[in-house]
Amino acid sequence: MSVFSDVPQAPPVVVFKLTADFKDDGHPQKVNLGVGAYRTDDCQPWVLPVVKKVERLIVEDCGLNHEYLPILGLPEFRSAASKVALGEDSPAIKENRVGAVQALGGTGALRIGADFLRRWYNGTNNRATPVYVSAPTWENHNGVFTDAGFTDIRPYHYWDAAKRGLDLSGLLDDLEKAPEHSIFVLHACAHNPTGTDPTQEQWKKIAEIMKRRKLFVFFDSAYQGFASGSLDKDAWAIRYFASEGFELFIAQSFSKNFGLYNERVGNLTIVAKDSDNLSRTLSQMEKIVRTTWSNPPSQGARIVSKTLNSPELFAEWKGNVKTMADRVLLMRDQLKTKLLALGTPGTWDHITEQIGMFSFTGLNPKQVEYMIKEKHVYLMASGRINMCGLTTKNIDYVAQSIHEAVTTVQ
Amino acid sequence: MALLKSNKVIHCLGNISPCLGVLSTRSSSWWGGVQMGPPDPILGVTEAFKRDTNPKKMNLGVGAYRDDQGKPFVLSCVRKAEALIASKQMEKEYLPIGGLGEFNKACAELALGDNNDVLKSGRSITVQTISGTGSLRVGANFLSRFHAGPRDVYLPKPSWGNHTPIFRDAGMQLKAYRYYDPSTCGFDFKGAFEDISKIPEQSVILLHACAHNPTGVDPRPEQWKEISDIVKKRNLLVFFDMAYQGFASGDINRDAWAVRHFIEQGHNIVLSQSFAKNMGLYGERVGGFTVVCNDAEEAKRVESQIKILIRPIYSNPPINGARIATTILNTPDLRSLWLEEVHGMANRIIKMREQLVAGLKKEGSSHNWQHVIDQIGMFCFTGLKPEQVERLINEFSVYMTKDGRISMAGVTSGNVGYLAHAIHEVTK
Repeated sequence: MSVFSDVPQAPPVVVFKLTADFKDDGHPQKVNLGVGAYRTDDCQPWVLPVVKKVERLIVEDCGLNHEYLPILGLPEFRSAASKVALGEDSPAIKENRVGAVQALGGTGALRIGADFLRRWYNGTNNRATPVYVSAPTWENHNGVFTDAGFTDIRPYHYWDAAKRGLDLSGLLDDLEKAPEHSIFVLHACAHNPTGTDPTQEQWKKIAEIMKRRKLFVFFDSAYQGFASGSLDKDAWAIRYFASEGFELFIAQSFSKNFGLYNERVGNLTIVAKDSDNLSRTLSQMEKIVRTTWSNPPSQGARIVSKTLNSPELFAEWKGNVKTMADRVLLMRDQLKTKLLALGTPGTWDHITEQIGMFSFTGLNPKQVEYMIKEKHVYLMASGRINMCGLTTKNIDYVAQSIHEAVTTVQ
Repeated sequence: MALLKSNKVIHCLGNISPCLGVLSTRSSSWWGGVQMGPPDPILGVTEAFKRDTNPKKMNLGVGAYRDDQGKPFVLSCVRKAEALIASKQMEKEYLPIGGLGEFNKACAELALGDNNDVLKSGRSITVQTISGTGSLRVGANFLSRFHAGPRDVYLPKPSWGNHTPIFRDAGMQLKAYRYYDPSTCGFDFKGAFEDISKIPEQSVILLHACAHNPTGVDPRPEQWKEISDIVKKRNLLVFFDMAYQGFASGDINRDAWAVRHFIEQGHNIVLSQSFAKNMGLYGERVGGFTVVCNDAEEAKRVESQIKILIRPIYSNPPINGARIATTILNTPDLRSLWLEEVHGMANRIIKMREQLVAGLKKEGSSHNWQHVIDQIGMFCFTGLKPEQVERLINEFSVYMTKDGRISMAGVTSGNVGYLAHAIHEVTK
């Protein structure tokens, strides 16, 4: 009799299962529009030239060793990463009330933040504080906050399927009605999965209500630079909220904008009222990190830190990021053009209005099934596609497939 | 409603209290109620050491290997593996949630032995983790969620300081079994056996596979056999923590003996492995978590649930260290070089133990210091009392933790004489 005989088989994580199925598919024209990783026009992963350069520097540096990083991570990485988010001239940074925890990817940053909030926010160990995530949102948000111990995770209105855009009135209404001190997970830019971001005016309205209703701001920033091609533009919402005096968390990921997916480079930036509150908060973050992973991995942080802290490398990186963002913008433009040329029913403006890696096509589950089974074009059941999976070589096939799905499947 | 809990007023002074006229900045912050976390005792030792200006100062708190010049040691096999990897210009795509497949295989083989039946049958599952801590935490979370037995995890007394908060944060409860005998500075086998005999069935018992941290005291093989028997009789779930394979005796097979014996005896163990010390990959965070199951089907179910646990913590693990470890383990030349180097590290430690005892004899110490040689691995429980430790720090600038634990890695042929002198002075 095993202690594990009652352990049920867990379902596979959907997005990875999609890639696994794609790999097993032998069809010559298959296309993977599932998992969110950048691809070149040859559909290859892309190691950023600046990353290659910096990695060589690191390997050749005999002065470097593999000693433990501090619990909170590499100091030069943490401060540089926070500066990227909040800006060179951030008043909060100048006022010494910004700190950070180096974490394992954006996921790790979200989790440390969530663990901290459950222990120390809105009372002590208050698991009942409502946590609001957008409808829809990245599917792991739910898991992160649940496993951190929160018992009440709720959706806030976000995607309006009918008009294929932001449901602003629904969102604002949810903000007004949320219990005070509720936690809201906001996507800083390039909303995953819809690609639909609030405008600056809309962000201002959101901020006004959140301040008035004492709601906690937890930004998820996984695509800074990757969305518009400009670091500053993509950080507008974060910086606006910081300038409005909010205390907030920012879970940053460098997986996409540095292409460092498997090195797990993330940063939880904390903006507090003052340095005293900040230092107590960081001391408690240390305790959480110590029982989760003790101290973070050094390789990825070293690469990012060297890059961000060197003016030439930083400029080179920004160029690499723009290359990626521009290719995505080009694919958006071309996909919409081709669908219009085919006369595919419906409006396709959302393809170019949405931003970042993902697009919510509007395809329904049946149409998605058709795409996968009949056309060997892999996308999420929600209709989400990864624009990076499109290339000049497959875009005609994909446009044609979408056309068929929309016209033959209801 | 949760927000109206009465303790909220106590803990969030000022956040909502209407009776405060002028709100201080502390209370107008979300974090006004956050207490300052206690300083880490070991870090405190290092901080004090750094501030000390005595040229003869010694840091014996450090839990990382140092060479005979007192410097961090990057293994040659690691540098060679890194050069190999760099030349291949590999991509940076996400690893699977369970990590690098070839790493997991090599990691399990290292622990269990290449030809192990368990591995051949496919009835175990190994996932890559964030070094030893990450492995213990994933394991603790897994037990918390799926172990139907008691919530209690039995640790040896004493154990690594971080074991307790890891299991506690995962939702388990901590208990202890006797382990270290301060009167002999050795293993309290009788006490351990007695306590283990009383542990309620299906509880979890944590065992240090080799080089017990912090005492350096390991059971002898005959004692391990008896422990295995009584643990089986009590139907306990065995959780092995193996952070020093190869690093303890210098021989990877010898250091894994207890783990392999238990498996041979039919225990379906769970096992945490770390490559921080034996490959010097501390900051790369390389580790593994293994569950030995009844059969391959069960192993698949268990694996699927472990992935569900990992995804909301960090999604998937970092590749760099795992690639280095795999390259070393799977490239014959590098593997041989590694075995030599790990043997070298263990040998240097053993030599320092011998030199320290010789030095104490030379100083004229009348105490029995045999335990310094009998203990194994990075750490040594000297038997020094807190007042003596205090004197060592204040009068001799020799830094260690209050429990009298020293890291032999901080001892070199250049300073072992000074250490012997200092210890003699405070114990004569």
